[in-house]
Amino acid sequence: MEHKTVDWKKYLLVFIITGVIFATAIAISNYFGQKKLDEIRSIQDKIAIDILSSETQFSLLEDSSCKNVSKESLSTELGSLEEKLSYTENELGVNDPQVVTLKRYYSLLEIKDYLLMNKISEKCKITPVSIIYFYSNKGDCSDCQKEGYVLTSLRETYPDLRVYSFDYNIDLSAVKTLIGINKVKNNLPAIFIKDQSYYGFQSIEDLEKAVPELQVLKTKNATTTNKK
Amino acid sequence: MQETTHLITYIFLFFSLYFEIFLLITYLEKMGSIKEEDKLIAKGVNKYPSVSIIVPCWNEEQTVSKTIHSLLNLDYPKNKLKIIVVDDGSTDNTWEIIQKFRNNPQVEIYSKENGGKYTALNFGLAKTTSELFGCLDSDSYVHKDALKHIITYFQNKEIMAVAPSVKLWQPKGVLQLFQKVEYGFGIFTRKMFHYMQAVYITPGPFSIFRREVFDKLGGYRHAHNTEDIEIALRMQKNHMKIAHAHSAMVYTVAPKTIKTLLKQRIRWSHGFIKNAFDYRTLFLKREYGNLGLVILPMASISIVSVISVASISVFNIVNAIISEYLKIKTIGFNFNLSNFSFDWFYIDTELVVIIGIIAFVGTATMVLTSRKMSEGKLRLGMDLIYFFVLYMFIAPIWITKAAYNAIFSVKTSWR
Repeated sequence: MEHKTVDWKKYLLVFIITGVIFATAIAISNYFGQKKLDEIRSIQDKIAIDILSSETQFSLLEDSSCKNVSKESLSTELGSLEEKLSYTENELGVNDPQVVTLKRYYSLLEIKDYLLMNKISEKCKITPVSIIYFYSNKGDCSDCQKEGYVLTSLRETYPDLRVYSFDYNIDLSAVKTLIGINKVKNNLPAIFIKDQSYYGFQSIEDLEKAVPELQVLKTKNATTTNKK
Repeated sequence: MQETTHLITYIFLFFSLYFEIFLLITYLEKMGSIKEEDKLIAKGVNKYPSVSIIVPCWNEEQTVSKTIHSLLNLDYPKNKLKIIVVDDGSTDNTWEIIQKFRNNPQVEIYSKENGGKYTALNFGLAKTTSELFGCLDSDSYVHKDALKHIITYFQNKEIMAVAPSVKLWQPKGVLQLFQKVEYGFGIFTRKMFHYMQAVYITPGPFSIFRREVFDKLGGYRHAHNTEDIEIALRMQKNHMKIAHAHSAMVYTVAPKTIKTLLKQRIRWSHGFIKNAFDYRTLFLKREYGNLGLVILPMASISIVSVISVASISVFNIVNAIISEYLKIKTIGFNFNLSNFSFDWFYIDTELVVIIGIIAFVGTATMVLTSRKMSEGKLRLGMDLIYFFVLYMFIAPIWITKAAYNAIFSVKTSWR
């Protein structure tokens, strides 16, 4: 009874084919990953241009009526950007250097948008409807996931509501200043509505009570929808 | 945590992809050989060796009669074929039922105290002096041409045993239909193992051996209730060649309930694990060729990989359910289709998903090829869907339980 022969060439060939398939899969995955990051970057650029344009418009028309500078001048894509960014954060991990950079840029855009909105509101004598939200994804905030669901749901119900969410631990001086000005305690989730602070989990009902203007938005939305 | 689970999944996916490609390349390499074998089989043989088939039975009153009839109907010279029915201490009417074959010159009937299948086989073995020896479980039936096809392979003096292709007897219902696909897939893999000289199971239904296998190696052993794995591994260890006759069809009755299916599969997987451990000296040894270097290590890795990938999947599914539950608890259930809009951005393009899809395509290719091989043509049916949907959920259950039983020495039983 003879011993068996081993076809090493075949073993190697199969190994190479498997390796090539794996490498192709890695390339495909990276390609789409990169495409997604590019898309985020392009949304960010668009928002940056929107903000810059609104600011410029605002400066130009400083003394004129607020008819030309309305809330419509604000970018409408912050919400979708945030959703995509948090999806990418989940896929690539919170420590991915590209994600970290994009998140810092995003936080900066949020602050600029917030400041611009306040300016417009002041000039046009309208009450801003916005929520500033501080969270942490370091595992030290058990209610942050729930609060996230609440704010996403509110944003879906009231598209005009502007929610600015900030990672409490982000390494960005502008956010640190924002935390300093508002004296945000490390007791997350923390929510700021019209200089009023709320710590701990806030339900949809709690927030609707805290922002009575939401009811107006709701009626306005309903009317717009009916008109359509 | 996620990075670790991904890394583990990648490693296992690499191995399973390697194995799939190995089988597919073997198939492409040997497509011509399959046709040649078919031609050889069609030509037939000049000399018919004497054959004894043992039918061990224990409480098989429902099926034993049909099993014996199928053997009597084999297209084989009557003076060359002996059927030895061994009642292994049945407590039902099996003994009474087999009495009707008493006067048939081809059939011998024996009764013994219950001792397990391997004892019935050794009992039968002692009663025969024929050149070839085989067994047919009493819940299985042979196609009339099966033996003739098998004999063709014995024309090669080096072939010491030939395994048949096992199919299901009239599969009905979801559970049996998904097993039908699985058995078809088994025919394909066994044929590829044949070309790799790495067949490591000579299935209970109708595997035929040269007598000298038992003369040289001794009789059947208990072998953790899977004597059909043990004898094949023992033969491989002693460098005896085993062939697979892909066109020799044997039909077996599949478990009808999930409970009996799990019991059968736990016994098989447990038997493989224990026997593989008993024959661990075959692993990674060059002298055992593909069996030692690829098939046995891959079969063992697949057990670990199925358990870990299934655990990771269960962990992820549970996590997703908890998140969804938390979400519904927090904001209520508000499913709104109008909010849904397609955005390619949210298509999962992570590496693990892409490799998973490639591995799935590889498996699907093999399943379809095996279907073409076992049925003669490619037919798509619900059974394929049942297989792909059910198999990945049910198989991890029996594999995990079998591994648990093997590690903690829990004994498995036949029924």
